[in-house]
Amino acid sequence: MDQPTVTRGAASRPAAGSWLLEVEDLHVHFVTTRGVVRAVEGVSYKVKPGEVVALVGESGCGKSVSSLAIMRLLAQPAGRIVAGRILFEGRNLLDLTEDEMREIRGRDIAMIFQEPMTSLNPVLTVGFQIMEPLLIHLNMTPQQAAARAVELLKMVGMPDPERRLEQYPHQFSGGMRQRVMIAIALACDPKLIIADEPTTALDVTIQAQILKLMKELSRRLGIAMVMITHNLGIVARYADRVNVMYAARLVEQGAAEALFARPLHPYTAGLLRSVPRLDKPRGAQLETIEGLPPNLLEPPPGCRFAPRCRARKDACEREVPPLAQVEPHRYSACIRASEMARVGATGLGLQSASLSPPERKRIDTAQPLLRVHDLHTYFEVRRGFKLFGSAPGIVRAVDGLSFDVYRGETVGLVGESGCGKTTVGRSLLRLEQPTSGRIVFDGADVTHVEGQQLKDYRRRIQVIFQDPYSSLNPRMTVGEIIAEPMLVYKLVPDRKAARAKVSEYLTQAGLFEYMAERYPHELSGGQRQRVGIARALAMQPSFIVCDEPVSALDVSIQAQIINLLEELQEKFRLTFLFIAHDLAVVRHISDRVMVMYLGKVMEVADRDTLYSDPLHPYTRALLDAVPIPDPELEAKRVYQVLGGEVPSPLNPPRGCVFHTRCPIASEECKMAVPELREVRPRHFAACIKV
Amino acid sequence: MLRYTVQRILLMVPTLLGVAVLVFFLLRLMPGDPVATMLLGDAGGANIPKEVIEQERARLGLDQPLYVQFVKWLWGVLQGDFGVSMWTGKSVAYEIGIRLELSLQVAVMATIFAVLLALPLGTLSAIFKDSWIDQTIRVFSIAGLAVPSFWLGMIVILLLLTYFSWIPPLTFTSFVDDPWENMSQLIWPALAVGYRYSAVATRMMRSSILEVLQEDYIRTARAKGVAERWVVARHAMRNALLPVVTVIGLEFAFLIGGLVVTEQVFNLNGIGKLFVQAVARSDFTMIQGLVMLVAAFFVLINFMIDMLYAALDPRIRYR
Repeated sequence: MDQPTVTRGAASRPAAGSWLLEVEDLHVHFVTTRGVVRAVEGVSYKVKPGEVVALVGESGCGKSVSSLAIMRLLAQPAGRIVAGRILFEGRNLLDLTEDEMREIRGRDIAMIFQEPMTSLNPVLTVGFQIMEPLLIHLNMTPQQAAARAVELLKMVGMPDPERRLEQYPHQFSGGMRQRVMIAIALACDPKLIIADEPTTALDVTIQAQILKLMKELSRRLGIAMVMITHNLGIVARYADRVNVMYAARLVEQGAAEALFARPLHPYTAGLLRSVPRLDKPRGAQLETIEGLPPNLLEPPPGCRFAPRCRARKDACEREVPPLAQVEPHRYSACIRASEMARVGATGLGLQSASLSPPERKRIDTAQPLLRVHDLHTYFEVRRGFKLFGSAPGIVRAVDGLSFDVYRGETVGLVGESGCGKTTVGRSLLRLEQPTSGRIVFDGADVTHVEGQQLKDYRRRIQVIFQDPYSSLNPRMTVGEIIAEPMLVYKLVPDRKAARAKVSEYLTQAGLFEYMAERYPHELSGGQRQRVGIARALAMQPSFIVCDEPVSALDVSIQAQIINLLEELQEKFRLTFLFIAHDLAVVRHISDRVMVMYLGKVMEVADRDTLYSDPLHPYTRALLDAVPIPDPELEAKRVYQVLGGEVPSPLNPPRGCVFHTRCPIASEECKMAVPELREVRPRHFAACIKV
Repeated sequence: MLRYTVQRILLMVPTLLGVAVLVFFLLRLMPGDPVATMLLGDAGGANIPKEVIEQERARLGLDQPLYVQFVKWLWGVLQGDFGVSMWTGKSVAYEIGIRLELSLQVAVMATIFAVLLALPLGTLSAIFKDSWIDQTIRVFSIAGLAVPSFWLGMIVILLLLTYFSWIPPLTFTSFVDDPWENMSQLIWPALAVGYRYSAVATRMMRSSILEVLQEDYIRTARAKGVAERWVVARHAMRNALLPVVTVIGLEFAFLIGGLVVTEQVFNLNGIGKLFVQAVARSDFTMIQGLVMLVAAFFVLINFMIDMLYAALDPRIRYR
């Protein structure tokens, strides 16, 4: 038998019912120059063989740190496990020597990380990276390891595995790289896989593929999984049990269905309600958790969540509530948990009254503010050297787009990465010069305006960027950032007047006047995004392109920003083009929604029509791919996971660009380019099958 | 890969052409005239008749319009003829040729010494960051940066003189003729220069390794259970070498013409010394030839760095 086999004596499997992993009272500290950060405080949870346990929380809550602690891979020398026990099959991992620990890593416990783009070594072949744990732990010969690597790549759905072994990570797409990461994790047939935000960097359809694959594999191979995520939908779709973390502590623990149906901690309740959801009617405003998570260098005494909690009592700020059993298999760290179990979150006054249906917005449908007609924006990419006369490749980033936006309206633009949605925004802003087509703004053609006219146009159309970390100049104060465009466009006579205006706009954006003196790095992500909003507002624009304005933010902060945008729209009669990949967020904020795929519009309709009755198979697939934060609904849901990946825009498919992935495509679809036609009144779709 | 290689080779042409234009015209913008330097000298011998000076200028071709001079020179260079030294009357190629072997050998030896020292020291320093090992290596390499090579050279010579009664020989012995004599002559300047060189590379290697050790793929390797020494050797080193290769290459190119003082100390008749002489004598053709030589070395080394990059990094190889 030269076929490599991975076998392990049945005796080493723990008896059914016993725990595979027990984390007990784990404390992790990071020693920094500014003091000791207590990153994990008293976290305890258990994992049975073969089950999926989720660790949920917002960034900085300690969920990743606690999982790295299990692997004993904390950043050295700053990270220290100061107390606690980590029992794996009854052995305390903290007592092992480094060599013993190394034998467990990759063999018994494997990890999958968030960033598939950076988690693989760029200078080593993918094959070697998969084979490495086999060579280390199972003493396979290189031939055996190679055969096993092919088998693993097949298992994770990699086409053409033999050839792929020889390739390097940069030759793989993000989704494929994550499949490689999973193959590495599965290599030695581990008992536990820790997956740290495994799909956060991926598009929804790819996310659905990867999660489905992970779930199937873990079921089939009986591998337990600790899933670390901030996405409650993923938890609902895949987890058996859930641990919710907030500010270094566990706040709630329980079976997924029970916890989602009836949260027993105000933070869990708030988290569940601040996510816009596809399965619920849209409320007028998103519920938010006000304020920010505490600084772990100087955490508040008592309950960490108390300062943001609507149900807090005086006692909350004094005593630290222990994680206590409230009901069978339900644990919560809240002194009002049993009260909450009786009267529910609403009974505690956690739910605000604004869940009434939204009032009609004032949209002026007489004349569109912005008309885009047959917009094309192409990029030339030169591969290699010009002297050889190699034909330049053409990326059709935007390929024949027409739409109108009315005054006061919000048009949502959704699509996966690379579909051209950002290029649409940049073309409107004239940051990219459209290749052809017309952009008419308030009656005037602005497609080719230059000089003063372009300046006038740019004042009236502003932008809010995705990344609040890199889109603000770190060497300028917030005040200077907001004042600069006002001075450039001479909206204010002098610096003094500008300062007064800065204060005004800071307040409008929900910040404080004193923050004008701060530098961007002194603010949190949500606050920085508010600075971006204030900067855009300062130009008194009538149209704002919002390019993924909330995708870099945590759930509770995301809701605050969305509410702010809606409020400002009402107050200043703003018109928005809202570009995003998150379908639920787009549904919440938009009046009309446009779905893009490979530079073309697939479907346009009013928000409610599009979400309740999607026509285009791509829209349907996108909606299917989004997990809903409700385990019961998820269990009943029949969804189709879209296969394949977005083709390269350098070489888009002939005919309908979607036909390569479309579940209902036929021969005709490969020939005819479908027109965007009005299938029903005010509902357009580009598909010959509808 | 072939396209990448050809592209890099073709890119050398405009660079060298640019250097040729710059050096030719800048020299003629500067004060100082070769004929005046040659005939009038320091003594200020003002008695030389104007006709003689004119005649001499005509002989050297300096009376022609600038562009004619330039085209003539460039045409020669393209055919491998760098002209005749305005001072010695011998061909520039000859003057450089007899010194190049020495300078090249010192540069190569210094580089080997530096690389052999810097890669392990830099790596050790990074792995044992902030420990006594790191501190010791830091002292060693900071000293290398701070101490001028000529000073170190003088100390070496003094020590050799005191303990072994050895003094630098007056003439250069080729490696082919007598390897032992040759090595004993050149090993000392190579060490003196290589020390500073290794210090630069050690610091670079250290920071590069430290940076790479922060990467996500290093965490992945550790999570696979790879032993730390293999994490460094297999996963970190190759990635970390990229910036170090650049530093080593540029330092090497600098050594070809930049060892002015060290050559003086060790009494070596190398390119650096020739450079100084040529400038002092306003020997236009010689300066032009030397600058072209050094520029060609820089361009060539850069090309080799690019090739090494491609060998180390598949992302470049597959472009």
